Amino acid sequence: MEGAWVALALTLKVAGWATLLTLLAGVAAGWLLARARFAGRDLLDALLTLPMVMPPTVLGYYLLVLLGRRGPVGAWLQANFGINLIFTWQGAVIAAAVVAFPLVFKAARAAFESVEPQYEQAARVLGHGEAAVFFRVTLPLAWRGILAGVLLAFARATGEFGATLMVAGSIPGRTQTLSVAVYEAVQAGQDDVANFLVLVTSVTCIAVLLAAGRLAPGRVAGQP
Amino acid sequence: MIWDVALQRRFEHAKRRFDLDVRFASDARRLVLFGPSGAGKTQTLRIIAGLTPADAGHVRIAGRSFYDRAAGIDVPAHRRQLAYVFQDYALFPHLTVVQNIAFGLQPGWRNPSREIRHAAVERWMKAFELLPVARHYPGQLSGGQRQRTALARALVAQPHALLLDEPFAALDAALRARLRDELADLQAQLAIPLLLITHDEADVQRFGDRVLQIDAGRCADTAAAPALRPAAAAS
Repeated sequence: MEGAWVALALTLKVAGWATLLTLLAGVAAGWLLARARFAGRDLLDALLTLPMVMPPTVLGYYLLVLLGRRGPVGAWLQANFGINLIFTWQGAVIAAAVVAFPLVFKAARAAFESVEPQYEQAARVLGHGEAAVFFRVTLPLAWRGILAGVLLAFARATGEFGATLMVAGSIPGRTQTLSVAVYEAVQAGQDDVANFLVLVTSVTCIAVLLAAGRLAPGRVAGQP
Repeated sequence: MIWDVALQRRFEHAKRRFDLDVRFASDARRLVLFGPSGAGKTQTLRIIAGLTPADAGHVRIAGRSFYDRAAGIDVPAHRRQLAYVFQDYALFPHLTVVQNIAFGLQPGWRNPSREIRHAAVERWMKAFELLPVARHYPGQLSGGQRQRTALARALVAQPHALLLDEPFAALDAALRARLRDELADLQAQLAIPLLLITHDEADVQRFGDRVLQIDAGRCADTAAAPALRPAAAAS
């Protein structure tokens, strides 16, 4: 059972970092698509949503091709920084982040679009530049919607399997997350280990979903 | 000259076109822009505040130039220091009354704290009887309290001018008459110029030192305005 706790710790570490990445990228992309008008906006929206509908193994394959030793990004990272992401937990973070990204992006875009532009204009007239308007008005008003998406992304990252297995493999204690460990345990016929892992995973996911439900968007502090 | 405004702007939406061409110059401290809905009143006010760009013209108020196409001047909205009160007030729903009023006074990326104490904020809250609701959120306020919060928020930073977009339209009839008197008294005490836009004749009677009529994007010549509204010009 000790392996299960190692896998859980690794899973939370990977999901945590992946969620942080998706938060930053998802909020930036959501804001851009909610506010900016440019050619190819719909195409960009479709591309950014793609990870939600594509099989994770396909995404994992794309990432392998991109980040692998001979891939354009992988070769560049190797040559300049000596970094190799394949079969590392950082690689698992990238895989989980890509799969979970659309959940934050979609939520952030909808949340930003629901913010009345008039509030931002009122803030500008009161003497604040664009950065202050974003952090003092836009983000606080959109925050609940974004947070709901972030929690879903965390849950998705926690349960990531396909892309993670492709990119990071299944090295116990290093890249073997809960969902991968379950698969390995079942394959090896270790039913008691599998049962325990499944239980731990289920409880984690239910807790996250309950939290996400409480933070559902729609109500702003003080408003009836 | 307190007000020296000339603005041109063409709006195109789908196949509809609207040409705004507003010019007025006046020494009146209180100016009312009067016209029916869709005449271009709000767009005029938004251009003056810098929220909507103009195609050509100039905006000068009390000797300050905020926009001058020919001279290449276009001060961004957040540097104009013009107070703008929106028709439905646009109070920040995530901030309390005191935070809303202090919003413009605190620089930086963080909102004023709920516990903020600031002499000017306190003074305005006292004057507008907002102290009992200082910790309330806008959703918990009455219509009159909302309007007074919006006015306090606009005035606390000592703006160069006060721009009001249909300030009484969101209120019921009884409250409207009372707050109209309140605002008129307040403005009499303030030294800053006021520009109010309305489609309500009662506002014209009360505030029109000088009344400009606007219709279909065109503003009547200032010299003609008092003749058009003798009752208002006399008040």
